[in-house]
Amino acid sequence: MKSSSATAREKGTDLLKVRDLHVEGFSDERWHPIVRGVDLSLKRGEVLGLIGESGAGKSTIGLAAMGYAKPGCRITQGSVLFDGVDLLSMSEARRRRLRGSRIAYVAQSAAAWFNPAHRLLDQTVETAVAHGIASRDKANRDAIDLYRRLQLPEPETIGFRYPHQVSGGQLQRAMTAMAMACRPDLIVFDEPTTALDVTTQVEVLASIRRIVEDFNTAAIYVTHDLAVVAQMADRIMVLRHGQTVEEADTRQMLTTPTQEYTRTLWAVRKLAKPEIRTQDHLLAIDNVTAAYAGRVKVLVDVSIKVPRGRTVAVVGESGSGKSTLARVVTGLLPAMSGSMSFDGKPLALSLKGRSKDLLRRIQMVYQSPDSALNPRQTVEEIISRPLEFYLGLKGQQRDERVGELMHMIEMDESFLDRLPGELSGGQKQRICIARALAANPELIICDEVTSALDQIVQEEILKLLMRLQHELGISYIFITHDIATVRAIADEVVVMHKGQVVEQGLKTEILTPPHAAYTELLLSSVPQMDPDWLTGLLARRNPIFK
Amino acid sequence: MTSAEPLIQTTRAPRVRRTRRSRMRIALKKAPLSAWFGMVVTLCYVLVALFAPLIAPYRETQVFSEAFAPWSHEFMFGTDQLGRDMLTRLIYGARNTIGIAVATTIISFAAGVTLGLLAAMYRGWPDQILSRAVDVLMSIPSLIFALMLLSIFGSSITSLVLIIALLDSTRVFRLARAVGLNVVVMEYVEAAQLRGEGPAWILRKEILPNILPPLIAEFGLRFCFVFLTIAALSFLGVGIQPPSADWGSMVRENATLITYGDVTPLLPAGAIALLTVAVNFVVDWFLHSTSGLRDEK
Amino acid sequence: MRVNPVAKTVLQRLGLGLITLFVVSIIIFSAIAMLPGDFAKATLGQAATPETVAALQHEIGLDRPPIERYFSWIGKMAQGDFGSSFASRTGYRRTVAEIIAPRLYNTMFLAVMTALVAVPLALGLGILAALYRNSWFDRLVNTVTLTTISFPEFFVAYMLAFLIISRDTFAGTDLAQSLPVWLAASIDWTLNVVPKFPTLANISDQTPFWEHVWRAALPSITLTLVIVAHMMRMTRAAIINMLSSPYIDMARLKGMTPMVVVLRHALPNAWAPIVTVVAFNLAYLIVGVVVVEVVFVYPGVGQLMVDAVKSRDVPVVQACALVFAATYILLNLIADIISIATNPRLLHPR
Repeated sequence: MKSSSATAREKGTDLLKVRDLHVEGFSDERWHPIVRGVDLSLKRGEVLGLIGESGAGKSTIGLAAMGYAKPGCRITQGSVLFDGVDLLSMSEARRRRLRGSRIAYVAQSAAAWFNPAHRLLDQTVETAVAHGIASRDKANRDAIDLYRRLQLPEPETIGFRYPHQVSGGQLQRAMTAMAMACRPDLIVFDEPTTALDVTTQVEVLASIRRIVEDFNTAAIYVTHDLAVVAQMADRIMVLRHGQTVEEADTRQMLTTPTQEYTRTLWAVRKLAKPEIRTQDHLLAIDNVTAAYAGRVKVLVDVSIKVPRGRTVAVVGESGSGKSTLARVVTGLLPAMSGSMSFDGKPLALSLKGRSKDLLRRIQMVYQSPDSALNPRQTVEEIISRPLEFYLGLKGQQRDERVGELMHMIEMDESFLDRLPGELSGGQKQRICIARALAANPELIICDEVTSALDQIVQEEILKLLMRLQHELGISYIFITHDIATVRAIADEVVVMHKGQVVEQGLKTEILTPPHAAYTELLLSSVPQMDPDWLTGLLARRNPIFK
Repeated sequence: MTSAEPLIQTTRAPRVRRTRRSRMRIALKKAPLSAWFGMVVTLCYVLVALFAPLIAPYRETQVFSEAFAPWSHEFMFGTDQLGRDMLTRLIYGARNTIGIAVATTIISFAAGVTLGLLAAMYRGWPDQILSRAVDVLMSIPSLIFALMLLSIFGSSITSLVLIIALLDSTRVFRLARAVGLNVVVMEYVEAAQLRGEGPAWILRKEILPNILPPLIAEFGLRFCFVFLTIAALSFLGVGIQPPSADWGSMVRENATLITYGDVTPLLPAGAIALLTVAVNFVVDWFLHSTSGLRDEK
Repeated sequence: MRVNPVAKTVLQRLGLGLITLFVVSIIIFSAIAMLPGDFAKATLGQAATPETVAALQHEIGLDRPPIERYFSWIGKMAQGDFGSSFASRTGYRRTVAEIIAPRLYNTMFLAVMTALVAVPLALGLGILAALYRNSWFDRLVNTVTLTTISFPEFFVAYMLAFLIISRDTFAGTDLAQSLPVWLAASIDWTLNVVPKFPTLANISDQTPFWEHVWRAALPSITLTLVIVAHMMRMTRAAIINMLSSPYIDMARLKGMTPMVVVLRHALPNAWAPIVTVVAFNLAYLIVGVVVVEVVFVYPGVGQLMVDAVKSRDVPVVQACALVFAATYILLNLIADIISIATNPRLLHPR
């Protein structure tokens, strides 16, 4: 859309003008501001990227651009001029006529946003038929054409399937087809690829970009991922706390952001640490095979060595078995066959066979601090428990150690009497790390510990983990799907696919060519900050895209 | 949406955490009229039940010469079919009816919650056996089942309490198991297992505090249900037996008065209704406010 | 061969229903085995001689092994022979089936009559309350139903009866005397608008159909009031839960009218929750029937069962319990099968 819309923008006229938008949400028995005075304008055929962290109000703005507020939200002030008419002051019936036909919406998780009771085709053509834009026959033929343009497999028949019968990536494309059915002037994309694996994401991004370009449709592209927005948008608007931070053309924004906050958003991608080779191994996993009761094997013949005081990053997409690996190492899911050794001694496969001291030496930090912390225990109770349980610390000794731990994770002791619900996501993850540290462990398994966090917070947590490794000599098994995180923290890398190890070795060895075929696919699918990355990749992979 | 992350983490916590008591005070202040009504009424019932001998004008089984006497200064609500003072019977009825219902609910809860949580924690065959047994017990309407068991064991207070407690504990079991399962899969429980904590500690410290609000609400609802079941059985003549004063039986014994347009038999029935309404109002508000706290996160 | 998943799940569910019914029949049967040892003596009372006790125990079958007894009992029951009532020993023999059959017709009559009114009413009100959530209508309905579900059935029943009787007696009461004349007169007038439903449901097998409906009116209204409150609240909750699904938001964002949103997008997914709510409440109706029949002296199975419990006529109690349990299991079974048959994931497997 970049290339063609550059011309479209020049001759484009204003399509959408949002002025001084205020939206509030209802929670905790009162109204809180979500969006506070945002201005935004969009020309025909232009793509605007809205980027920000969670709570920035970007999705809410996307919906407000359609004159819509989710249940529990209300637009309190401002105007949304679409093609010169204010969506907010017109009648509901008139708004209804615009929605679907001239403004359409593509949601993040298509599996929930498609009606499970109807076939894809029926849902795709529903708007066109209901608004009297096309006859049923014509709409059907058009839908099949759209499916083909979006590179859906079997475009002639896929429409006869139900939403639960197709994959996530296909659903996301079907939803784009549904939005495109009436050839709207504007489509709001709300994180359409966030829930997908990187290799699927590339395909969906390519399809979306091509179809938007083909029909010269204007779009608002909401995402938290800078590299993605760089591929999709002509212009980027950075949002924080419901307000605009800055706005500029994509290339300019990427190269010369003016605001400090924007620069911090960019920073995490630049984290990198030099690897250190060592032959001293703390944990060795040998030929381990594992399965959940009576089902297919999730891990097949996996062997991994974890160097002492270093980090092994385990990379893979969903279904690769990387999280199962964590459960096998901790003993929660005893391996069916194979063996493990820890610090030179055999490690019991099952949790029950391990001594208390052995349990202390291997700790785990989870992806979602929300569910990893008991919401009814205070920070102090959470951190104290391992001290009492493993080390038998009591009274003042324990309190002093709690203080030290809080200092280590860079948090003030005034947080000690808080409940997890009163902390932010990053603070919660720090408490999880402190709970693991309290046991004086030698190995910490980090299962996607940064995936649920915003970019800036990710960076802080990663820095913290690296500092702790440096100071305390802890080994990490770092499970992640994100290549940038791997660059930031790993010494060694293990690539997993469908329960098997594809490749393992030092970070530079794995991340520089030549790669194994799957590693190549995985690495090349990771979006780069370069706005020409997607175009280049597609040209390399398949000359037809050019 | 969650609030945004401050850039620098090492700031002091800006506000002091509310203590449990102050939270409760805030919640009470926000309580709607219906909840206040419910709490006041429930409290009155409890007081009457506790101090029945002090409040009642006569003794529980004192018989006067005139049966079905009309309302007067001597007998505020008249007398019943045997010539006992209606008001006195109503007051003692609070004691008997509520007392038995509370005892039954407590037994049913102790059994249901213990077994439900154990089933949720251990899964496997004990869970299977218990769950299937509960399925079968619940496939017979509980009033019908109670009637059948009472026909075999006879209507003594003990058998009444045990039978209703058994039948009611099936529902408590289902709820405790369901909410237990929701919590057992949480990672903080897994973290405790990984730490090597014993099952008793996990149950007490990790699971129980998190399922307390739904259980408390359920206690209120189950109490109402048990209370109504016992009242129904007594009304049918197979529950609490004479000469104990009991609201359900009082309705049945004096029902004929209705045919003469006399409102008296409606008094014990109304007493039952008022208490269940009151408890339901309190539970409704409690559920509303605790689920609100959960949304706040 | 690939078995259709809907057929497969339905068959599984049917099998489970049969097993449940089987186990329930065993439980109900073992009721007799649990009878205390001196039961025969207690029942016979004055007439208890060693010979009569032995005769009664033989008749109940307490002298044969339990498994043999169970199969002969269940076998006879399958042929419609529920044994004979304890109460029939002295004079002529009365079979349980003979006692139950007319009663069962009466109870079913009452239940169906109630369901025909209550189900559409509750669903309609529930859907309205869900659509106009947090409006004054919703709040009013919420408070009223919360109050009604807290009432014991006999309270509602006697209130209604009292209302009917007050038609004739109100003018003579002290209350009417103490009120201003115009107020007393208008209350009296209002009371007289209420049709004079019979407060005792005298029904025999000779009662003509419409007369039956008329006499069963008050029990039926009582049950309707109780059931509608429950069913309406559950319907409202189910609909609200469904309206909060993202695909409903999507339908709105596609510019569909509220009518289309509800009919095309919400309804196809609503069958399972609605059917579950209806079945649950119809099952509850069974319990309510017992009390209401006693209040209005309506000759149904419920009243029969209560009388049998009082006289400890165990064969009759067992038969009644089995009838109630079977109905209850059947209702839940039907609800589950409808849910299965409307589930798109099962209808259209991968």
